[in-house]
Amino acid sequence: MSTAPAKAAPVERKELHHPKDTMLREDRLPHIWCPTCGIGTAVSCFVEALRETNIPEEKVAVVSGIGCTGRVAGYVNLDSFHTTHGRAIPFATGLALAKPDMKVVVFSGDGDLVAIGGNHIINAARRNMNITVICINNFIYGMTGGQCASTTPQIAKTSTTPTGNTDYPFNVPYLMDACGATYIARWTVLHIRRLKKAMGEALNKKGFSFIEVIAPCATLYARRNRLGTGFDLMKFYHDNSEIQHGADTKMVDIGFQEKIICGKFVDIDKPTFLERYRGETNGGGK
Amino acid sequence: MSEQAVLTGEHFMTGDEAAAEGGLAAGCRFFGGYPITPATEVTEVMAKRLPGVGGVFIQMEDEMASMNTLLGAAWGGMKSMTSTSGPGFSLMMENLGLGIITETPCVLVNVQRGGPSTGLPTLVGQQDMMQAKWGSHGDYEIIALAPSSPQEAFDFTIHAFNFSEQYRLPVLLMMDESVGHMFEKVVIPKAEDIKLVPRRITKDKPADYLPFKPDDDLVPPMIEFGEGYRVHITGLTHDEKGYPVINAEAQQPLVRRLCEKITKNADKIYMYDERELDDAEVVVISYGITARIAQQVVNECRAEGKKVGHLRLITCWPFPEPIVRKLADRIKGFVVPEINLGQMSLEVERVAGRGIPTICVPNAGGEVHNPEDIHAVIREVLK
Repeated sequence: MSTAPAKAAPVERKELHHPKDTMLREDRLPHIWCPTCGIGTAVSCFVEALRETNIPEEKVAVVSGIGCTGRVAGYVNLDSFHTTHGRAIPFATGLALAKPDMKVVVFSGDGDLVAIGGNHIINAARRNMNITVICINNFIYGMTGGQCASTTPQIAKTSTTPTGNTDYPFNVPYLMDACGATYIARWTVLHIRRLKKAMGEALNKKGFSFIEVIAPCATLYARRNRLGTGFDLMKFYHDNSEIQHGADTKMVDIGFQEKIICGKFVDIDKPTFLERYRGETNGGGK
Repeated sequence: MSEQAVLTGEHFMTGDEAAAEGGLAAGCRFFGGYPITPATEVTEVMAKRLPGVGGVFIQMEDEMASMNTLLGAAWGGMKSMTSTSGPGFSLMMENLGLGIITETPCVLVNVQRGGPSTGLPTLVGQQDMMQAKWGSHGDYEIIALAPSSPQEAFDFTIHAFNFSEQYRLPVLLMMDESVGHMFEKVVIPKAEDIKLVPRRITKDKPADYLPFKPDDDLVPPMIEFGEGYRVHITGLTHDEKGYPVINAEAQQPLVRRLCEKITKNADKIYMYDERELDDAEVVVISYGITARIAQQVVNECRAEGKKVGHLRLITCWPFPEPIVRKLADRIKGFVVPEINLGQMSLEVERVAGRGIPTICVPNAGGEVHNPEDIHAVIREVLK
């Protein structure tokens, strides 16, 4: 006599979601970034850092310019605006002044922020506008195919410096320091714990906070300079990064395949633009 | 907030000052600007007045930044405004386009001076009229108003804000140096008598809201950042959700709608002033300061028994085609004086066709027309 096989108890399946899914626009993934690009790692650090702050997500806006990093605004599940090339900071300025209860974060690349947007970043830092700027520095214009940037180290080859860059690059933390930024840090995307911590500190900071994130561009920068794969660049960061908190920003410039000094360089407090404008401090205003 | 936003009463002020007061009366509480002659006085009035009415003034580092702060402030829920002149207007073209594609309401005052380039900083021009329509890259439609007096600078700035909210786009007040620096009586009504169009805020909940899904009039309702809608707004071609879509299937309906929300509502937007058109054989078409000289010439012609009328454009863009076409069917010709070498006259000619002459009375700038120059052309057309 045979018996019907026992009916297997239904397996309860939980719908699986990545822990960061609510922070990202799932319906926009996969993203456009190349394998081993550093931007995704920085975004990952950012959403984790944001989650660990007490800032309500609906009170955070991300503003980007144009370029590979300019696409960040389109992937974070927050109010986000993708401006024209170089203009993320003035848009963020208008938004931060209209909505003082919001945390406005500019997430963009070195070409966007420091070259075409250079006038805006220096003036926003000078005013101590209440925004956080995360600058992904991959030493090159990625989106347009690997042209020389104002951050490209001397000697490095790009599509517009085929025999090697002859220009002096910006030392971005030094530039921001000179303009009066209240928080300045630099980390590579290898330093995910420290980068996340720095992002948390910047998000909680009142005033103009700035983080330079050194990130690999294997597709263009590494390939053209025969530096290997993205993994090789990360290994380079591992072997050549030196943590010097409080370093004199004048000394943190980056040469071609030379030491990268990382750390928190500046962390000071002073009244923001709006506090001075509203006469809420002794820093001026009415 | 301790001061009056609406300075109800009679004043003696310039067009520049009146434009600033018009902005405040319209509810503008954010001004991002950069000094430039002959528009600086708009900026200065806003710098002085905004803190007292709970607003924010910020002097930006350049005009590209100024224009972008307006967009940021607008998405933060504020009515925002800037002022400039030719060289700054050129710099604002980049982010005028961003305002168009992201459908961001704001108002830009251009106090026109003579160009090209640095040109005549302190002297009059009307040479940016085509730039207003075509200056930013890509296809778009714009709304541009031209005041002929300080009173109209006040009134039309309010209209500009109302149009910007109704149709969700940057609206241009195309003033000129003469009107901007002219002192005249300006009557500011009571606040409750000023009709304001509120922002078209969506009634949808965040889960249902599509930022670029238009209403029947082709204009999508808006939101304000920081209210939990988690929108993505981009200068890239996008779908109704606001997400970038880089193909012809997304481009075609988006760009057509951006244009059609103006062209299909144009009958509700056109503003012009008709003077003695009923029996006119020749019609002078003008705008801004030039309309005041033109009206004097028309009055002289009428005194001489000549059948001359005057169509004064208030909305230069959208260009009021129906009235011009109607007139073209029955008159002998159009005479178009303007302080440029022929800009709006090209538009008149396009609409009027080749059946009748459209004659520009050109003036390269630096001074207003000599009435006799306009008179001479009218006599020629009447022959």
